[in-house]
Amino acid sequence: MHAIEKILAQAAGKEKVFTGEIVNAKVDFAEVNDLYLQTILSFYEMGGKKVWDPSRLAFVFDHYAPAPTIQSAEIHDKMRQFVQEQNLTYHFDINAGVCHQVMPEAGVVYPGMVLVATDSHTTTHGAFGAFGTGCGATDMATIMISGELWFRVPEIIEIHLEGIPPQSVFPKDVILYILGQMKADGAVYKAIEFTGDYIDSLGVAGRMTICNMAVEMGAKTAYMQPNQAVLDYVKARAVRPFTVQHSDPDFQYQQRYVFDITNLSPQVAVPFSVDNVYPIEQVEKKKINQGFIGACTGGRIEDIQEAANLLRGKKIPRSVRLVVIPASAEVAKEAIRRGYTTDLIDAGATVTAPGCGPCLGVHQGCIGEGEVCITASNRNFPGRMGSKKGEVYLASPKTVAASALKGYLTDPREL
Amino acid sequence: MQKIIEAKCYVLGNNIDTDQIFPGRYLELVDPQEIASHCLEGADETLAGRFQKGEIVVAGTNFGCGSSREHAPIALVNMGAAVVIAESFARIFFRNAINLALPLLVCPGISQKVKQGDLLRVDLQNGTVENITQKETYPAEKISDYAMSILEAGGIKPLFRKKTGLE
Repeated sequence: MHAIEKILAQAAGKEKVFTGEIVNAKVDFAEVNDLYLQTILSFYEMGGKKVWDPSRLAFVFDHYAPAPTIQSAEIHDKMRQFVQEQNLTYHFDINAGVCHQVMPEAGVVYPGMVLVATDSHTTTHGAFGAFGTGCGATDMATIMISGELWFRVPEIIEIHLEGIPPQSVFPKDVILYILGQMKADGAVYKAIEFTGDYIDSLGVAGRMTICNMAVEMGAKTAYMQPNQAVLDYVKARAVRPFTVQHSDPDFQYQQRYVFDITNLSPQVAVPFSVDNVYPIEQVEKKKINQGFIGACTGGRIEDIQEAANLLRGKKIPRSVRLVVIPASAEVAKEAIRRGYTTDLIDAGATVTAPGCGPCLGVHQGCIGEGEVCITASNRNFPGRMGSKKGEVYLASPKTVAASALKGYLTDPREL
Repeated sequence: MQKIIEAKCYVLGNNIDTDQIFPGRYLELVDPQEIASHCLEGADETLAGRFQKGEIVVAGTNFGCGSSREHAPIALVNMGAAVVIAESFARIFFRNAINLALPLLVCPGISQKVKQGDLLRVDLQNGTVENITQKETYPAEKISDYAMSILEAGGIKPLFRKKTGLE
């Protein structure tokens, strides 16, 4: 069996599971973000009274933090009431950050667990050797009542990376490249394991960025075998004991893809699809109105560090705004401690409170008709960041910072 | 549940993501009818206004990719879509739709074969799509027994209430 199958088997109380089998699995931790008041409505509609385990369910206010409208303020208010009534251990209010960052920081994510959240980017937690997957409100209500959810045991594919990329090429570039090759429906309903020396060499942040965007090819979940960096991270934080699962040596992947990343260039996904990816030297030097560094893909300290190092002592032009949003309060404090926040503000950036920011086009930097944004976040669908007639380009935080400095899409290797 | 659906269809392309089905700026809406009034606005701004209850949505590959937002199938259900027929569906959207008793049918090549406004006759039980306008029939994948049991129960909510003896 694969490690993912072992996780599902254990959660379902079975010795073995088979591809395609439907199992009812116990959920180790569940999370609801602030887009999903519907979870509470469905919970009561389905006869819920008490959540199955108040120490295993968190509410995280990140998409609307701090509340940009009266309606979202009222959603937060109803959720706070629910958290209190249900006496939940974990509630991350508007001061905390993006769910996929604050959960690992709080130690509720660890190897071998089943994690389900009302967010498609829950694949992020494959970085820790966890089974993480997204769901909607009705599925979440089922978990809130019963602590279980049905899963189809997925086909598992391997994406093997050969080589180590050059400087100025980051995990974000690597996953964009993979997306360009695999396409947006390249792994629908499948689980992806990422392997290779590069993956073993990566720190927690880079691994999270790659697993985060696995869902952009349709994956149900992502997986990386925990390395020392992950073990050091979770041992210092995990709130429960955990077991690292290992795949059997004779496990057969449904398919194996090999990509050589030795000579990779910085990559850009151009509108309007995540798989519309080109090396930056092939992309037009288009004028930009906004850069964004943040969200669950590109808001960690490593990402902010790249931007601060590039922009320190420089000024971005007045024609450009650069929005920088730390993924969590912990990241924000570290950025302040290291002086990055001052560097960025001095360069002309706008640094705002932790959260999802403009990634999904509700606040803190929406774009208007005809505007162009280059972003370290994860989606460039039509209208994703505001106007349907705006354009969103996806790139690494360093490429975003370089482009903000120049005022047009810029290869960071030129600076 | 109604297993034979005969109605006009609206045809969309590939990779219709959840931002096109239900743009992020409306996510704070809770009223189902209000949600429905913005359905597919990102793909076709006037579609929700023209769509009649019981009609059919046809699309290409990877319909519903992107976010986990359940607003997407909530919008389709409340706009009155009787079934969505696509060449493939994204995973979370698939679960969300079945949970809400919105039937989904996988039909290879459908978006290239039917035209906007064609009259279709869909057999959910046997998985066939008959194009009455063009006098053609297309084989579709049969809905799995597990998904069909949820659809027949009217979605996860009634099924769950029955299962746990709440009803």
